[in-house]
Amino acid sequence: MIGYLLRRLIGTIPVIVLISLLVFLLIHATPGDPADLLLSDQASPSDIAEARHQWGLDQPIYVQYARFLINVLEGDFGTSFRYSDPVITLIGERLPATIELAFVSLLIAVAFGVPLGVWAGAKPNSWADNFGSFFGFFGISMPSFWFGIMLILVIAGYLNWLPSSGRSTYGIPGGSESGFYIAESLLSGNFQAAWDGIRHIIMPAIALGTNMMGIIMRVTRSAVLEVMHEDYVRTARAKGIDESAVLWRHVLRNALVPVITVGGLELGTLLSGSIIVETVFAWPGSGSLLISAIQSRDYPLITGTVVIYTLAFVAINFMIDILYAAVDPRIRFEK
Amino acid sequence: MPPSIRGSALKNSSVLEAPLAGLRPARATWRLASIGPLLQPKFLIGGVIVLVLLVAGALAPWIAPYDPNAQNLAMVLKPPEWFLGSHALGTDAVGRDILSRLFYGARVSLVIAVMVVLISGVVGVGLGALSGYCAGAVDFAIQKFVEVVWAFPPLLLAIAIMAFLGQGLDNLILALVMQRWISYCRVARGQALSLRNREFVEAARALGASDMRIIVRHIMPNLLQSAVVIGTFAMASAIISEAALSFLGLGVPPEIPTWGSMLADGRTYISTSWWLALFPGLCIFFTVLGINLLGDGLRDLLDPRLKRSRTGIG
Repeated sequence: MIGYLLRRLIGTIPVIVLISLLVFLLIHATPGDPADLLLSDQASPSDIAEARHQWGLDQPIYVQYARFLINVLEGDFGTSFRYSDPVITLIGERLPATIELAFVSLLIAVAFGVPLGVWAGAKPNSWADNFGSFFGFFGISMPSFWFGIMLILVIAGYLNWLPSSGRSTYGIPGGSESGFYIAESLLSGNFQAAWDGIRHIIMPAIALGTNMMGIIMRVTRSAVLEVMHEDYVRTARAKGIDESAVLWRHVLRNALVPVITVGGLELGTLLSGSIIVETVFAWPGSGSLLISAIQSRDYPLITGTVVIYTLAFVAINFMIDILYAAVDPRIRFEK
Repeated sequence: MPPSIRGSALKNSSVLEAPLAGLRPARATWRLASIGPLLQPKFLIGGVIVLVLLVAGALAPWIAPYDPNAQNLAMVLKPPEWFLGSHALGTDAVGRDILSRLFYGARVSLVIAVMVVLISGVVGVGLGALSGYCAGAVDFAIQKFVEVVWAFPPLLLAIAIMAFLGQGLDNLILALVMQRWISYCRVARGQALSLRNREFVEAARALGASDMRIIVRHIMPNLLQSAVVIGTFAMASAIISEAALSFLGLGVPPEIPTWGSMLADGRTYISTSWWLALFPGLCIFFTVLGINLLGDGLRDLLDPRLKRSRTGIG
């Protein structure tokens, strides 16, 4: 296992270097001089010349790249034009909101997707299967941003059941140290604040999780369909075990392996989906930070967010591969 | 096989070995495929939706009642009048006819999606075939590139490209192609790897055919079926991504009507004028649904082996 871990870790390093190269090339492909972009509009020609020297823009391109790579590795993405704070601090403040939203969306996707998939897969071509498949197609075809707008229109607008935007009505008394509103309120026993946080997160989480629910439902369905014909399922039935126990104890446990894998792969979709859902619901996460940075042409902040999202995604996939190898020993013995 | 960052578990698992097994020359399978699956509800419903969309997009200049950009400040934010008045689906904040803009929006969405799918297909299948057939250093270099692009969360790379390179049709297509060629490439590489040692390839080689000729004339035709199936799903995701980018104001220039930008406009007036956001969203949803249904049907018909790969959703 340790050998596999090391092999995978070493395999990650060139990818990270190449990711930084791609982002570096993108910045350099931007029309105009990077110094013009990285300085505000008020900068004078002498400011620009000084900045060019200071940032090493008068150096050969490979020196510039090496410098960029070292800065990225040190977590130094420069200072935001708009907020005048270090980029890494700004993203750090907003990241918990995004993680909280992604986690609840994942929970919703799994809580609905897996049972629907098992239900559909256990009885192929029945009405349950048709119903489940309808939800599957609904989920994978639904644009999250439109679904979010419609939820706001109906649930917040007409029915007035849930708040339409933000993370909390009044904020946590005394502020939130970790940035995880719901978890922190629950742990400190402040159930009113926790309930307020939950009410705010429901709609964005549904909008974000629906697509993943559709994917998980479809994967679960096909995995269950496959496992249903295995010998050990027939054996379990022959032993006279109750059908629901066969389904949940024998079938689902074996069908879950591909579900975990696909679920893990789709976390990236969830991450990038959060960028757009956060914008719809004015959710104060790092995704909406990226969009406002693009609108104000805050290039250091854009670069920082893109690199951090990508590195987070690489890290998530790395962990899922490790988890998967722990669950399925066949993988770690492969070259 | 080089270690991959994303999805090596799935790639290495035995469930995905299926696409490599039992390949046979393309034409035979086309002929053998029965027309039964063509009559399946999902295939029919998907086909009808896509057909309606194609017709609406192609005939937009003739069937749209108004110029999509004609403003009429005397008729702003008119609610839908259905079949009773002049603006069946209402007007927007500057008095433009929603129905006409939807027709033209269909045209823009379709043209962009088709171009993205074709370019991604040619690049992906070409590089995949080259990678699988040549193996060695070429394979390593191409797969490293695949791995790096694959490491970006979907849509984020597109957002980054649009943010740095600026708005415009060519940048939008580049942004959408950038991640879509990958699925073609991965499947094409896997199939090409198994095809390169098959008898018909060896026969061509023995007859003195060049590597390029073998790839283009013998390997690539065998990859077409999978490419068609991947293409339909790529088209659905391209339409959603294009709408998402336009919604964020990162798509085509604002003077071109697209469903995504109509939705973004509609969001501003959501509390007073629901029709602005409802109709473009419904168009995106039904289009993507139709293409997904059609893709699912096509996959069952042409290439059941792809069923569990990541290219088909589920």
